[in-house]
Amino acid sequence: MNRKQKILLLIVALAFYLVLLPYLCRDRNYLLGVITTASVLSVISAGVWLIFYIGRINIGQGAFALIGGYTGAIAISKLGLSFWFGLVMAGIVSMLVGIIIGLPLLRLKGVYFSMITLSLTETARLTAQSLVPITNGPNGILNLPLPGELSFFGITLIPDFAKVNKHIAMFYLSAFLLIASYAVLYRIINSRVGWLFRSLQQNEDLASSFGVDVPRLRVIAFAICTFYAGIGGAFFVAMQQSIYPATFSVQDSTYFLLYCFLGGLGYVFGPLIGTFVLYIGFEMLQGLNEYQPLIYALLMIGMMLWLPNGMLSLRLPFLAGKKSPLGGAK
Amino acid sequence: MAIMEIHNLSKRFGGLAAVNDVSFEVKEGEILSVIGPNGAGKSTLFKLISSFLPASAGKVLFQGEDITSQKPHIVARKGVVRTFQETTIFREMTVTDNVVVAHHLHSHTSLLGFFFGTRTARQDEKEFRERAGDILDFLGLGAVKNEVAKNLPHGHLRALGVAMGMAANPKILLLDEPFAGMNAQETDEALGMVRGIRERGVTVLLVEHDMSAVMKISDRIVVLNFGKMIAEGDPEAIRSNEDVIEAYLGREDEEIGI
Repeated sequence: MNRKQKILLLIVALAFYLVLLPYLCRDRNYLLGVITTASVLSVISAGVWLIFYIGRINIGQGAFALIGGYTGAIAISKLGLSFWFGLVMAGIVSMLVGIIIGLPLLRLKGVYFSMITLSLTETARLTAQSLVPITNGPNGILNLPLPGELSFFGITLIPDFAKVNKHIAMFYLSAFLLIASYAVLYRIINSRVGWLFRSLQQNEDLASSFGVDVPRLRVIAFAICTFYAGIGGAFFVAMQQSIYPATFSVQDSTYFLLYCFLGGLGYVFGPLIGTFVLYIGFEMLQGLNEYQPLIYALLMIGMMLWLPNGMLSLRLPFLAGKKSPLGGAK
Repeated sequence: MAIMEIHNLSKRFGGLAAVNDVSFEVKEGEILSVIGPNGAGKSTLFKLISSFLPASAGKVLFQGEDITSQKPHIVARKGVVRTFQETTIFREMTVTDNVVVAHHLHSHTSLLGFFFGTRTARQDEKEFRERAGDILDFLGLGAVKNEVAKNLPHGHLRALGVAMGMAANPKILLLDEPFAGMNAQETDEALGMVRGIRERGVTVLLVEHDMSAVMKISDRIVVLNFGKMIAEGDPEAIRSNEDVIEAYLGREDEEIGI
């Protein structure tokens, strides 16, 4: 696929996503909500994917989404700040926690890193449950107001969500977050920074032998990952208008992994495709909900056996003839 | 003039002294080899010098500056660059990309600069590609520069490792067993490569098993046995050194009468 075709595909995809989808769902708020949720979950998955990209498996993304969610909720309900400020704060707080935890944690490799990140989600949940004065404990923080108006010197940039169709407004906000986060990710992977990340994935010792500050790069990747989780978490909470310690559980953390697997670890848009296919697929098949973990587990095993490079590695006719699994889009 | 001085360097793993009180100098522009039988502590010494292992005692001075137990990437930035044995390359990247990535130290801009694709960043990218092409031609890899690295034959892999080391612009290049597992013809080519590196003004310190190759190429040789330095000198002196012969061949034990 040459540059022209890629741009064309991008325009078609954006038109479908930004215009056609909301138009088709204009009277189906539930469906629009599902798409909005898928959008924001794919932002969170993007972070997990980036950690895969530097050769680590992060099963703790739920913890950082929870941190972001609580930061946003507390900023709005207890500190009385605006949603917009809370959203940015959620990203930054989650990122700072990520950096502090990541500094020692990222020295671990392979299964050891994964084990500890796995326990992080549970730690976050228990912390939220027991820090009653701040988080309201198991009762959670309820009745969060909708995002208010965002204005700049009297010019309204974003209207008060309560005064417009909140489902449409939420959708467009999630779409903005999705596009921004994937644009940043795409740029990272296709710049020299992406080459450095790939060099970490393949051999950290070799990278340090020619002067790459490996620990710093790992922390940078983790900071981006946890920033995405924080932003995604805060948005999700604003959408639900409530947060509980179990809003993001260990199960969610592992689902993020599966979204990445399904879409393809070698492709920037892998986690996006994986999240949309799996999440929306399941919402369509409500009756299967109780078997969800079972089906996810089978899918994961199946993917590893038959499609280890993810859905995007399928050679669809209109996508034919490009991309090495590792090189990402070139 | 000594570019590197090693003073009383030791490394202990529990009760085992893998490197024990080793001292020597590396002169600027020379090819110095460290040899010794299996388990003599060559590889440990190599890792100590390149800071991939912290030392238990002693010092490594590079151009008069103490670089002992620094982080590997800091040492690399100062000009002490190591290579690995053949399997350690970026297997999934092409040969050119391997060397382009290894140009990290030549960057004139930060990660953010690369992210935004500033003019400096684009210049860097272009320069890295050109320099990578030069290095690959120089090491005889020009013909395979677009191959994915994992498909390369043995000898080329070794050369690629050296190319990546050269990309970091070393003042002293540490080669880890550059002739291991090579046949006579491959060894000759590799010898030419090492001489070529020296002609580019890079000091070479190599750790090696293959005695005949070492004898051909080295200006000086340091011999280790059981972690201790037992001899130092030019190839002629090493060849006739009693201790070295004993370390490699064993000693006749007169009392048992063998």
